[in-house]
Amino acid sequence: MKIARMHVLLPVDPDTVLAGVMEFQKALLEELRKRNLEEEIKVLETGSIGITGKGILMVVYPEGIYYANLKVTDIPRIVEEHFLKGRPVKDLLLGEVPARFVKKEKVGLTREQKRVVLENVGIIDPENIDDYIAAGGYEALEKVLTSMKPEDVIEEIKKSGLRGRGGAGFPTGIKWESAKKAPGDEKFVICNADEGEPGTFKDRLILEGDPHKLIEGMIIAGYAIGAEKGYIYVRGEYELSIRRLQKAIQDAYSYNILGKNILGTNVNFDLEIKKGAGAYVCGEETALIESLEGKRGQPRNKPPYPVTHGLWMKPTVVNNVETLANVPSIIKNGAEWYRTMGTEKCPGTKVFTILGHVVYPGLIEVEMGTPLRDIIFNYGGGIKDGKRFKAALVGGAAGVFLPESLLSVRMDFDNLKQYSAVLGSGAILVMNEDTCMVDMLFSIIRFFKHESCGQCTPCRIGTYELYALINKVREGEAKEEDLDKMISLSEAMFKSSFCPLGQSLVMPVKSAIENFREDFLAHLDKNYKCEKCRR
Amino acid sequence: MAEMVKLFIDGREVEVEQGSTILEAAKKAGIHIPTLCYHPDLPPTGACGVCVVEIEGSPTPKRSCCTPVAPGMKVTTNSKALREVRKTIVQLLLSDHDVTCPTCPANEKCELQSLANYLGVDMNGLPAILERKPIDETSISIVKDPNKCILCGRCVIVCNELQTVSAITIANRGFEAEVDTFFSQGLGNSPCVNCGQCTVFCPTGALSERSEIDLVWDALLDPDKVVVVQEAPSIRATLGEEFGMEIGTVTVGKMYAALRKLGFDYVFDTNFAADLTIMEEANELVERIKTGKPLPLITSCSPGWIKFMETFFPDLAEHVSTCKSPQQMFGALAKTYFAKEAGIDPSKIVSVSIMPCTAKKFEARRPEMRDSGYQDVDYVLTTREFVRMLKSAGIDLKELPDEKPDELMGMYSGAGTIFGATGGVMEAAVRTAYWMITGKELENLDITAVRGMAGIKEAELDINGLKVKVAVAHGLGNARELLTKVRKQIEETGKSEYAFIEIMACPGGCVGGGGQPKGSTFAMRARRGEGLYKEDKSLPIRRSHENPAIKRVYEKFLGKPGSEVAHRLLHTYYYKRCDQTGCTLEAVTEKHVGHH
Repeated sequence: MKIARMHVLLPVDPDTVLAGVMEFQKALLEELRKRNLEEEIKVLETGSIGITGKGILMVVYPEGIYYANLKVTDIPRIVEEHFLKGRPVKDLLLGEVPARFVKKEKVGLTREQKRVVLENVGIIDPENIDDYIAAGGYEALEKVLTSMKPEDVIEEIKKSGLRGRGGAGFPTGIKWESAKKAPGDEKFVICNADEGEPGTFKDRLILEGDPHKLIEGMIIAGYAIGAEKGYIYVRGEYELSIRRLQKAIQDAYSYNILGKNILGTNVNFDLEIKKGAGAYVCGEETALIESLEGKRGQPRNKPPYPVTHGLWMKPTVVNNVETLANVPSIIKNGAEWYRTMGTEKCPGTKVFTILGHVVYPGLIEVEMGTPLRDIIFNYGGGIKDGKRFKAALVGGAAGVFLPESLLSVRMDFDNLKQYSAVLGSGAILVMNEDTCMVDMLFSIIRFFKHESCGQCTPCRIGTYELYALINKVREGEAKEEDLDKMISLSEAMFKSSFCPLGQSLVMPVKSAIENFREDFLAHLDKNYKCEKCRR
Repeated sequence: MAEMVKLFIDGREVEVEQGSTILEAAKKAGIHIPTLCYHPDLPPTGACGVCVVEIEGSPTPKRSCCTPVAPGMKVTTNSKALREVRKTIVQLLLSDHDVTCPTCPANEKCELQSLANYLGVDMNGLPAILERKPIDETSISIVKDPNKCILCGRCVIVCNELQTVSAITIANRGFEAEVDTFFSQGLGNSPCVNCGQCTVFCPTGALSERSEIDLVWDALLDPDKVVVVQEAPSIRATLGEEFGMEIGTVTVGKMYAALRKLGFDYVFDTNFAADLTIMEEANELVERIKTGKPLPLITSCSPGWIKFMETFFPDLAEHVSTCKSPQQMFGALAKTYFAKEAGIDPSKIVSVSIMPCTAKKFEARRPEMRDSGYQDVDYVLTTREFVRMLKSAGIDLKELPDEKPDELMGMYSGAGTIFGATGGVMEAAVRTAYWMITGKELENLDITAVRGMAGIKEAELDINGLKVKVAVAHGLGNARELLTKVRKQIEETGKSEYAFIEIMACPGGCVGGGGQPKGSTFAMRARRGEGLYKEDKSLPIRRSHENPAIKRVYEKFLGKPGSEVAHRLLHTYYYKRCDQTGCTLEAVTEKHVGHH
């Protein structure tokens, strides 16, 4: 058996594909073939390593060296200097040298993280089930099927304190328990992979980079609550995710990990992919269910909750991708292990997306409770081009604008509540001093107006009215009372919208106007020059 | 025995069945919570948000119309914060509304108008953002104005789930959401059967009938024209409530007086034609029973039902009675029999009908309804239009004396008047069919088994030893259920258990018709029906064949039921229609052929 002496990982995700990684890969393989190096140097496609905006990336092992912004013309030099002579090409490296496993000075997103859901992403080939198994995959499933009763699984998840990672933070163990207890012969597990929150693509990383982890989590969930059918509702735009999921599901079936009599037991579980069709509102669990049933994607009234009346009005657990991706590790390593990370009320890790005016935009997975300042400055590398920090939009479009004074807030569900903020999907959009907050709020309002399903009056018309009002501000037609009108309108929407979409506008509207009132007041003057708002 | 739940609403303890909503509990406690999109006869949609209440322990207010009660729940129905929210919602609706109250067909009946008034809303609080969409005027019967729609969702539930026609749905997302037909083809190019139930449930003027008021005024004020009018049975049981009288009060005498005041030259009565329909239809039923011809016989006086049959059950067309509806029988006779008797040139006669129905507007304009040589019925006014005409003419129904109709085509029996209630046609027909089959009179005229608001009613009648099974369905959803069963029976065994079926398109029968006052709940419809049965019981003549005016028209003009003249003027034929566009495909029964 030939063992390669060097592994070259090429993260393949929409970001790098756009930069030309497929052509780069072809050229690299050609170069290696020319020099008779294909046996000793293995080139692998992996999922995203969480770094964005840095063109074609390449990670070389065993050193753990990160290259960035590569071009096809760099290949001969890298092969000659690094692969053959062992001298990494310094001017092509990402930031500085250190790698994940080398405990030296770390920079940017390569800094040490606690990777649980992302432990395999960027390391294994996501289209190879054997890679997943070799990395310890499906061991948790084996443990569950051979030595745990469904109640034991639920108990373990409850003890771990795992909370939903989709945004609401509901205790997962309790959700599973309610579904298990609910009367009914047929139950379902649905994975919410709609990932519509702007600025969020954490689930995409898992779907593209480690689809089997999700599958394993779903089978365990099905076993725990007594469901034999699962659906992964993926947003239709995630082509690569869907393709990799399909391959993973196919392989799992052929390995008898899905289907009837899993791994020789009397447990059955079928898994199907359903594609979304471009509606943010279908990320709301009951609208998702309506869409799955082939109806207009609009939310249902709650109660009753999906755990008792979900898909086809039967007991259903709807969980986010990241939530389910935590399950195998919790089962394998135990609830106590999980609790060693994070905070008491929010144990475990969280994938954060750092975007905007930072040096290193991308994704990291760190413990719950990490201070926002650390995330932005230590991992994100701080504000790029030497500019100053102005604001961070935390939680996604349905999030809160935090000013500099609140940078020390710890990022978990409960701590953020104190500042009327939400963890949401973990998206952090960083804005520098040149940003116009009126323009930012305009973008957000425009998004919600576009995505409102139209079912309820407060949101359908309220989002349009907010849009009309913010346009007045942009164009210099507004009075100061219009700013207060926007706040009171969004508060009325919070109190009377049918679902969280309409309810959440109060967060960006209120936080933008209250924390950055100067920006808005400046726009009241028709002659005020703003590049973003007034061309 | 359902479990009971105790909760507190505004400090008051109330006990209701488990599964009840907070709104239902408040109603029981006598506490009023304002609502808008909610309707007591339909499942709640939760669309408007007006009914939100504060619940202790809940971070946000909840909609009382669709939130179930929980033991020990503490609810507050009114507070400064709740008032602000409700005002904001109405403000939002008004900012996206074509506010034309003075001339809007829903003026004074509009639920948005009364709620805005009750809350005291600042109309200029928010920028006006209405983006005008075109009004759908493709239908003969119904006008859809999207600029007045508040997207309550009632019409969609009514059309899809109650009537099972599915001509409309909600299309597009968010602010662009609107109630629309398939690819915006328009109601006139959709399977819409014109039943008009959507217009009754619509809380605003978004859905209303196509108005013929001006056309009728033009005729009334034209000295050259002789304007005759007929009024459906339901009108006399409904008019009173629009002038402050108790629901179900029969005001027939005042109705005639009002019509004369408006200027109609001859005031007749559809009930006369209803008796005529019974003569022809009972005769048809007896013929079919004798010859073993296609049974069941299905009634044909509901034009919404007829278009529904043509669209969804054309295979059962040979079962439908060839009799025209009373409106159309009247129309044919007005320009022949009456014209002859009164010595009037039929080309000068304008025939108007007052109907609780929007589908009658379509029926009057069906191309085959011209057996008199002219369009048999010229204009149809709904109850709503009639009331508007009366009020605009300053007529207060309560103040009018009781008058009599013009007898030639105005005299009627109790059998004619009960046509307006579901089961009434069935009962009326049986009273005469009994006599036609046995030669004897039916003693107990009250066939209560076919009365009432149950969706499908059945009875087994004993006609002097002959066992006859009958069924009655009202509301097209129930019609579909019954006829699907009949269709299956005929497919599988060649025949059905039923001999005679009455179908009414509208829940409650005509008293719940699509042209009746907006906001007609099922409870109101039931009371109007009871008024008609009361009138029937009070009349000296309760059988169609005993009506002197009926005897006269046969003696002097028609000969006998089923005669050649009767067939030519009083019978019709049906089409097959496309269930996507409602357009006519082909004739499925023969023109004026009797069933020999």
